[in-house]
Amino acid sequence: MNTKKYCAVLVGLGLVTLSACGSGSDGSSGSDSKTVTLVSHDSWAVSKSVLKDFEKQSGYTVKVLKDGDAGQAVNKAILTKDNPQGDVFFGVDNTLLSRALDNGLFQSYDAKGSATVKPAYRVDETKHRVTPIDTGDICVNYDKAYFSKHKLTPPTSFADLVKPEYKNLLVTENAATSSPGLGFLLGSAAQFGDGGTSRSSEAENGGGWQAYWKKLKANGVKVVDGWEQAYDQEFSGSAGGKKAGGDRPLVVSYASSPPAEVIYGDPKPTTAPTGVSYGTCFRQTEYAGLLSNAENTKGGKAFIDFLLTRKFQEDMPLNMFVYPVIEGATVPAEFTKYGPQAKDPETMAPAKIAADRDQWVKSWTSLVLK
Amino acid sequence: MTRLGLMVLPVAFFAVFFAYPVAAIVGRGLKVDGAWQLGRIGEVLAQSDIRHVLWFTTWQALASTALTLLIALPGAYVFARFDFPGRQVLRAVVTVPFVLPTVVVGTAFLALVGRGGLLDDLWGVRLDTTVWAILLAHVFFNYAVVVRTVGGLWAQLDPRQEEAARMLGASRLRAWRKVTLPALAPAVAAAALMVFLFTFTSFGVVQILGGPTFSTLEVEIYRQTSEVFDLSTAAVLTIVQFVAVGAILAVHAWTVRRRETALRLVDPSATARRPRGVGQGALLAGVLVSVLLLLVLPLAVLVQRSLDSPDFGYYRALTHDDGGTFLVPPIAAIGNSLEYAVAATAIAVVVGGLAAAALTRRDAGRLVRGFDALLMLPLGVSAVTVGFGFLISLDKPPLDLRSSWILVPLAQALVGVPFVVRTMLPVLRAVDGRLREAAAVLGASPWRVWREVDLPLVRRALLIAAGFAFAVSLGEFGATVFIARPDNPTLPVAVARLLSRPGDLNYGQAMALSTILMVVCAVALLVLERLRTDRTGEF
Repeated sequence: MNTKKYCAVLVGLGLVTLSACGSGSDGSSGSDSKTVTLVSHDSWAVSKSVLKDFEKQSGYTVKVLKDGDAGQAVNKAILTKDNPQGDVFFGVDNTLLSRALDNGLFQSYDAKGSATVKPAYRVDETKHRVTPIDTGDICVNYDKAYFSKHKLTPPTSFADLVKPEYKNLLVTENAATSSPGLGFLLGSAAQFGDGGTSRSSEAENGGGWQAYWKKLKANGVKVVDGWEQAYDQEFSGSAGGKKAGGDRPLVVSYASSPPAEVIYGDPKPTTAPTGVSYGTCFRQTEYAGLLSNAENTKGGKAFIDFLLTRKFQEDMPLNMFVYPVIEGATVPAEFTKYGPQAKDPETMAPAKIAADRDQWVKSWTSLVLK
Repeated sequence: MTRLGLMVLPVAFFAVFFAYPVAAIVGRGLKVDGAWQLGRIGEVLAQSDIRHVLWFTTWQALASTALTLLIALPGAYVFARFDFPGRQVLRAVVTVPFVLPTVVVGTAFLALVGRGGLLDDLWGVRLDTTVWAILLAHVFFNYAVVVRTVGGLWAQLDPRQEEAARMLGASRLRAWRKVTLPALAPAVAAAALMVFLFTFTSFGVVQILGGPTFSTLEVEIYRQTSEVFDLSTAAVLTIVQFVAVGAILAVHAWTVRRRETALRLVDPSATARRPRGVGQGALLAGVLVSVLLLLVLPLAVLVQRSLDSPDFGYYRALTHDDGGTFLVPPIAAIGNSLEYAVAATAIAVVVGGLAAAALTRRDAGRLVRGFDALLMLPLGVSAVTVGFGFLISLDKPPLDLRSSWILVPLAQALVGVPFVVRTMLPVLRAVDGRLREAAAVLGASPWRVWREVDLPLVRRALLIAAGFAFAVSLGEFGATVFIARPDNPTLPVAVARLLSRPGDLNYGQAMALSTILMVVCAVALLVLERLRTDRTGEF
């Protein structure tokens, strides 16, 4: 008897709570055609004024959904592709591009201004499912002070890193969990080939990236989980690493890291405290695309066009520490002075990366971490 | 009949917000063209690195549990039997770690044992990326589980029983072994199983302190889902964890039932007394020192780091919109967290309260008992599984909640409900049914019976349950980080994001926000300590 009453009251209460909550939601994203929703990773950044200008000119309001790190954001977008959380996705790079394309994440759109993109960065030119937006080089950085103090020349190539004079100096990131870590692995694979697949000739004579990493491990490479830890804790040349007592003068980072040390320096140094070993670079390019099943395709297209405008392209370097992809965009002086792009970086076709990435990461993990 | 009626809402809640999303994500991984690929289970389990993960998960959980019992059991005794100044405050303090988000705990330990940490500065000792950092962090987390579960019962055991045995000629050890130990054993077993469960499914601690070499099942599920995007491996691992957790919970439920067998319990305030003699003084001192070193020190390091800038610089920086990390000043996370936690508490209290009411009767059938264990499952299922499950399953009308703020409190309520149930259940079971019958005979309406008999008896437990659900919701990280909107971060999510950005200012702000979170949790727990008169609850 009494419990029945209990029940009625509590169930009622519960329903009220739940329904109150339901009505409190502010509706689904991007349902009105005046809103464009951008899904991106945590590193997305743009100057407020530049975004405001786009909103004013186009009449769209931009909503940004930063959805974890680069890999997570792509994976979540794929999982939700039937009913996407937004209209445009920015931030899939060449190491993950095939995963996005094979899963049908994007629909075709040939952006206004795609003709201004430098030919080296163009991909998928028949279907135009993605548009290149920015590029950067993953390279070994060195601590200038350490090398001048020890009267040592900094390494300039992958091969240098296994030399005895650089023993116990390099820290890199876990290729399974970090995008610069994966880039460095892919760079070494592009340089030395794949010695792991049984058919390849390198395997027979013991070559390939596996042999290189074995030597690198014997030479005392340290592996940490993420870039933050490597660069801001273990590396001796960065502002953060100095403070944390980092003792590794070589780190896998970006060609744009030295400019960042200058721009964010407090007090601002007169020259960059770190340099780039240009023979160790792997090129990374990030793309944007119009999501399949996007609600506001018109707005999404306008936003992708905006990403290729000179104004946005020139705004990117100081916000995301990447280089523009279009012809004729200028970059800040610190970039050209302390961290120009690599002239001859390692590259790899997205299809090749897609075919081998998972297997390589797996064998790299057991080779280097276990 | 009525019991089934009470269960409608809790069952619906768990079906829609737990079972369905988890099944959806597992199905996505293991179903190809509508057919289950159960062969994958064998394939995945045959991989040597997966077996390595399973082995590490198990042994570190066993080691963590043993270490926690070793360090916390003397603490349980001291808190139960000794009366000393500051006992109540200290009891709240040792509980703070339990409700802190793992990312904060991981950071505190890094600040203590990592590079440039306190030990490194003093003696050049570093424990990060060793298994010791993980084990110590697990002790830090779970100390309170043992102190509360075992100490709560120990305080109520009648010391006269042991004294009687001594009087009859038993040695001290024999009296303890024959009288106290049997009474205590089920509580120790229950506590050990809970610690084992929490460390078996450890995520944030292992991820932050373990480096790339150590990986538990839960971390591996996260990596496979979020980084490798191998959903079928993740699904297999989810099932494995599910089975393991289910087994642990079944054993736990069994020990809890055994604990409810008749014991002569007394008012805890009557059993505590001031420590006497050198031996007891040394025991008290030893426990206080271990609490200071293992629990207070990491928290103190957090506070110290947050103040490592002149004029509360890091705290003041929290009020500015930095334009990059968040779309709002980080300080706004406090408001968000409180709002979410209030909503989550309301949901958890309603769902958990109903479930506890349904489970009240001791002679409950097998079905109901199974439901009891089921309610605990969210504690042992990977938050990333739940988070991704929410994303792909709650996205269609009538349940298009994906972009709604309610998703966060719902996920938090999932972990809050088990605490509500475990707190309410013993109290509800203790309400004498004859009181209700007497009131009814005297002409009270059922509503009035509830208001005048039940409510006064359970009000306190209800408040405690709500307080615990609140604190746990405040600290929930794993699922929240997946579904919290970037412009509405909660405190733990904001801390994690600040930590992932380079630079002193971000680090300092993360420490400042962690300190604020810690203070809010501590205040909530201290209020609970004041409310708590009976110690029958399990947490």
